[in-house]
Amino acid sequence: MTPPKSVRFTIKRQDRPDSVAYWQNFEVEWKPHANVISCLQDIQRRPVTAEGESVNPVAWDCNCLEEVCGSCTMLINGKVRQACTALIDKLERPIYLEPMSKFPAVRDLQVNRSRMFDNLKKVKAWLPVDGTHDLGEGPVMSDAVRAQRYVLSECMSCGCCLEACPQFTKDNNFMGAATFSQVRLFNLHPTGSMQKEERLEAVMGEGGIADCGNAQVCVEVCPKNIPLTESIAEVGRQSSLQMIKNFFVK
Amino acid sequence: MPRRKKKIIIIGGGLAGLSAAMKLCERDAEVVIVSFQNLKRSHSVCAQGGINAAIDAKNEGDTPEKHFYDTIKGGDFLAHQPLVRDMCHQAPAIIHLLDRIGVAFNRTGEGRLAFRRFGGTLYSRTAFAGATTGQQLVYSLDEQVRRFEHDGMVERLEWHEYLGAVIDDEGVCRGAVLHDLHTNKLFTVKGDAVILATGGPGQVYVRSTNSVVNTGAAATQAYLQGAKYGNGEFIQIHPTAIPGQDKLRLMSESARGEGGRVWVPRRADDKRDPKSIPESERYYFLEEKYPLYGNLVPRDVASREIYDIVYNHRLGVGGEPMVFLDLTHKSKAYLEDRLGGILDIYQKFTGDDPKITPMRIFPAVHYSMGGLWTDFERDSHGLIDHASPRNQSTSIPGLYAAGEADYQYHGANRLGANSLLSCIYTGLMMSRAVINFSNNLNRSFEDVPSTVYEQTQSYWENRFRDIRKMDGSENPYQLHKELGDTMMSSVLIVRDNKTLEKTQHAIEDIETRFKDVKCVDTSNWANPTPSFINQLYCMIHLSKIIAKGALMRDEFRGAHYKPDFDLRQPGDFDPFEYIDYLERKKNGEAMEDSHYPEGHLDYMKRFEENNKKWLKSSIATYKDNGPEITYEDVDTSIVTPRPRKYD
Repeated sequence: MTPPKSVRFTIKRQDRPDSVAYWQNFEVEWKPHANVISCLQDIQRRPVTAEGESVNPVAWDCNCLEEVCGSCTMLINGKVRQACTALIDKLERPIYLEPMSKFPAVRDLQVNRSRMFDNLKKVKAWLPVDGTHDLGEGPVMSDAVRAQRYVLSECMSCGCCLEACPQFTKDNNFMGAATFSQVRLFNLHPTGSMQKEERLEAVMGEGGIADCGNAQVCVEVCPKNIPLTESIAEVGRQSSLQMIKNFFVK
Repeated sequence: MPRRKKKIIIIGGGLAGLSAAMKLCERDAEVVIVSFQNLKRSHSVCAQGGINAAIDAKNEGDTPEKHFYDTIKGGDFLAHQPLVRDMCHQAPAIIHLLDRIGVAFNRTGEGRLAFRRFGGTLYSRTAFAGATTGQQLVYSLDEQVRRFEHDGMVERLEWHEYLGAVIDDEGVCRGAVLHDLHTNKLFTVKGDAVILATGGPGQVYVRSTNSVVNTGAAATQAYLQGAKYGNGEFIQIHPTAIPGQDKLRLMSESARGEGGRVWVPRRADDKRDPKSIPESERYYFLEEKYPLYGNLVPRDVASREIYDIVYNHRLGVGGEPMVFLDLTHKSKAYLEDRLGGILDIYQKFTGDDPKITPMRIFPAVHYSMGGLWTDFERDSHGLIDHASPRNQSTSIPGLYAAGEADYQYHGANRLGANSLLSCIYTGLMMSRAVINFSNNLNRSFEDVPSTVYEQTQSYWENRFRDIRKMDGSENPYQLHKELGDTMMSSVLIVRDNKTLEKTQHAIEDIETRFKDVKCVDTSNWANPTPSFINQLYCMIHLSKIIAKGALMRDEFRGAHYKPDFDLRQPGDFDPFEYIDYLERKKNGEAMEDSHYPEGHLDYMKRFEENNKKWLKSSIATYKDNGPEITYEDVDTSIVTPRPRKYD
């Protein structure tokens, strides 16, 4: 089969956060092993639409291009994923590119995902160690627990799970699967478990674990195969126990 | 009156920047951490293999001193020894700290840290967290910094770019000019010191294993402002990477370790499907040239040979710069079991299944051994005086550098799994230096006249106004690609002076064409183009440093091969003969050929002469629009430099 000479892209453009979005078509020369990023780079080098109009190059976020930094998440043919692993030859054409819809738009394909990082502060997603000077070895931990933590720790805050989640919207304060999974990650650690209650209290309020509608789409779109629904169930269980405890103690 | 907290500005949120931020918070400083993007997305997340520390958990006899020796030798003796020694002695404590802050390191049956062997050392010295150690380290450090941010000690300025240092009339750095990448507004931040932890410059070559933010622009800007740039020409190359249109991705050495065969079709431009090319028409060039080691020759040799086949013999697959790495003769079950993870990566990014189709690979720029020149102070034990404000300081007082952005801890070819360690070590170690420097200042940034800040800001406002007005015919992104192609074809592994002279002219041409760039986007919101044009300007200057340093360094050190200056090490040479030679010389013994196998004495004399001339750091200083290169001695006070064996 002879490869196509060029690939058509239909890209949703937006100049400013508050301006109206519009679509533009670009025709990019086909190259072997091209992915969405390399085509966007080609557009940068020749920012002319399919109709021959010179325009501003498309703005998008990317960094590592190895699907490990989480930057280049966008909607490709309607599906949320990383643009670096989106190979042109595996996509239906024309290729539609849109920014994620659940986060405030910045420009073109760029969105602001700071809400994800704010949530990490809300649930205290860290280990409060007693200083970073040399205090010797860390706590003993079984490799099985390590393996469980490792899988959760691969979350790159890309936002796929939140984009897919019907409960997570631009104007509510639902925390979403990524955050709940981090609560589970830190509660699993011998040091982290000492602040388990604080983290659970944080997800027991508004926007917390109880608001999850259990649609299960988060786990389907996660590029790192993080067992998000298991995390939700586990944190839900921990919160219920905490609630019972609170009932008797407080 | 309580003393004001020291205010430190850190540029870059990878391993070095985050560890510096964490440690400085602990020393009660007020920290501003600046990043091009969310800190969690820094390039350090790409590191895979692990991080070294001689903890000797398996009772193999490993010690920090052995780790030190391996590192110095790995860097072909170009690193300052006291620093590397201190790093290796600190390494066990660093690993334990990382473990305590929650890095999901693999563990033993007893629940303690597991270590594995890496890059040819004899010891299990590498702690690892699955195959994503870098990502795990960045996340754990980022969490600690977020914790301090939650407590109000850290201000995160994400989506901000560092443009340059604010330097007062005494030549002291008093803050930084930043560019808000959303509003496109410029402003200054004041501070007691500025730390550049901005990573490597892989983007000078365009396609490398580096992330797209790794332009080296911040470090180059410091050079343009007067800081010295060290060992620029030393670029570490990884022999096997997956070619891509957008970047080159690493293919682990284990693919060759598990039986991968490297070959090209014997006939140039053979366009046939590799599987239909019969054995007799395949050129297994590593196996033919190195019958003993075959495909398992060391990194530098493999890189050099692949490069030679592609560029000198023009036998690259399909006329492109790539060769086959073939595993298809192994059973699928075997490959799945031994190499599953890395083969998945290949498939994910190329769409081809390496169990069925030979992989296409090529050497790639991987890590910079050069960077901003930084200082250190040693104590009488050959370790570092941790209280000295000189540690990690650039030649501009108040401007510090850490991680890949500095030139320390490397040579031409460093030991695997050491780069993560050096990034974290510098970040942690420099905190005392920075605080002590701040305490010793004779005036604070608060007393610096505001005109100093205003003038620097207005310099950058004018600079960006001029960039936005650029209305020539060159597309900046296209020009960047051409710069990368130039660097890639001539300043990589094999270096030839005639070619390098031509390269210098080619870079000058690009510099001339740069004046004719068109700012293809002049809008005022989240516009990345003016910023990129400024980075391109820096990359052109950095490529001059790299190319000139390469031209001037007439020797074969580490992975950089200048065929004209090969010292021709005898095949049966033993590096300890050289120690014996030095000993005899010191004792004033007559040196006779009969003491050594034939040809060895001559070789050792050549080696000694060469080291006298070239065992030095190259120092670039900005002068007359280009680098002036001088040389500085390397501190070899602990281990005697000796020839390395390349097999």
